[in-house]
Amino acid sequence: MTMNLKRYLTIYSALWSNSVTRETMFKGNFLLWIFVECLWFGLQLSFIGVLYLHTDNIGTWTKWQVVMLVGASHVIQQIFQAFFLVNCTNLSELVRTGKLDFLLLLPINTRFVVSLRQVDLGGFVNAAFGGAVIAYAAHQLHFIPTIPHIVVFLALCLAGIVIHYSLMFLLATISFWTVRAQGIVWGYYNLFNIARMPDEAFQGLFKAVFTFAIPMLLVSNVPARVLTDKLEDRNTILLLLAMSVACFALSEFGWRASLRRYTSASS
Amino acid sequence: MKKYRHVLNIGIQNSLTYRFNFLVRSLFGLIPLMAMLSVWRAIYKGNGEQGRGDVVGTYTFAEMVSYYLLTTIVDALTAVNEDDWQIAADIKDGNISQFLLKPIDYLWYRFCLFLSGRVTYLAVAAAPITIFILCLHKYFVLPPDGLALGFFLVSVVFTALLQFFMSYTMAMLAFWVLEVSTFIFILFAFEYLASGHLFPLDILPQWLERVLYCTPFPYQLYFPISIYMGKTTGGELARGLIIQFAWVCAMYALARFAWNRGIKKYAAVGG
Repeated sequence: MTMNLKRYLTIYSALWSNSVTRETMFKGNFLLWIFVECLWFGLQLSFIGVLYLHTDNIGTWTKWQVVMLVGASHVIQQIFQAFFLVNCTNLSELVRTGKLDFLLLLPINTRFVVSLRQVDLGGFVNAAFGGAVIAYAAHQLHFIPTIPHIVVFLALCLAGIVIHYSLMFLLATISFWTVRAQGIVWGYYNLFNIARMPDEAFQGLFKAVFTFAIPMLLVSNVPARVLTDKLEDRNTILLLLAMSVACFALSEFGWRASLRRYTSASS
Repeated sequence: MKKYRHVLNIGIQNSLTYRFNFLVRSLFGLIPLMAMLSVWRAIYKGNGEQGRGDVVGTYTFAEMVSYYLLTTIVDALTAVNEDDWQIAADIKDGNISQFLLKPIDYLWYRFCLFLSGRVTYLAVAAAPITIFILCLHKYFVLPPDGLALGFFLVSVVFTALLQFFMSYTMAMLAFWVLEVSTFIFILFAFEYLASGHLFPLDILPQWLERVLYCTPFPYQLYFPISIYMGKTTGGELARGLIIQFAWVCAMYALARFAWNRGIKKYAAVGG
């Protein structure tokens, strides 16, 4: 078991150094992408700023609480992006071109190598900006989070990342059934927009769907609530954790079912 | 003219193969829209309860909903889809060489493809968008009169031209840099905010709205909608249309200029 873990860590560090090499080939581009992400993050924050010119709260969420939410959502999204996004969107290419053959032949878990092949280092830099915004919002709220707050927050962020990854990976496996899966995968990316909105703005069917089926309204709302001391119902923490386990299990099931359909291409 | 009609035809057939992608895109696009409307509903409700009145800026809730529905409609009519990426790829891969030899103008060729893309997208997305609007019909305000609707349509045509020429000009960067996608995303970010995708521009502080009006961005979305909603009328409307048309001409000139400069540098890699 420990041998196995060590082996995977060695493989993963090799993948990392590959990614670092790739990024250093295009330094200017690397910095430009960080700039692009910062711009979009600033855009989201200015949207919140404009909304709060015209209101004092959305549900019970005040301005800096929503800033905290947007920050948390950014951190989760960027860490997800750093590890998984490119790999998920590339899966349909691997299937279409038949390059998946080579990965299937490797003596390691195929899902592992498909999911983690490339690392997008810019994501970590962007996540740091998100962290800075969270810290500033906490300062504005005069709230000093304790160590338990932070630990629970980070654990919940991790659960959120697992949810994003599992759902996007599940959608990416549709490429085994149709070649047009890339559109669907990018469609899911649209849903990240919902994750940064305060949950209290929603009701009825929409809220139910995006809490229990596609838990977008849990992913960053629950961690942000923890960090703003706004958590009314401790059960939502359990719900988020349960959803992340369920999503991961579902994606593993979908992956195995889809892989059975794989019939290579042009080989 | 006949040859461009053929391009249009081929373009429509080509983009019809992506009809499923178009449908998925339009359906997924409705979800963030619903989320946005929910946020505004919560804001109006909260404001009402706290006695802050029932308008935001000059918008009632119904007008705000209509604004976002109109952005979806104008977007479906005018937004460039993947034209800019394709043009950049054509340049990078050396595919434009053949156009230098053929008696066909690359700009108008791409414009035909842009039009055919829009026609196909509309054909596919019309049903979901219409159903969505019908569900919200009690919040959907109509233009004050037929004249406003007419000017709205004229302005939408200008918007489409402006969108296309701007994207075309951006794609010309591919003559000089290897990766244009970052630049396209940077422009897109500015467009997203300053053209009124996120919120109507007149809920901004007035000085900021004025600054934005010095750029072409408001004319890419906000301006036609403000005509439809009767927020821009009379002399302001006439002046706005002239400025919008001027931006269209300026962008066209810039697109031509960039192409001519680029061609001089063009090395036909792999072409």
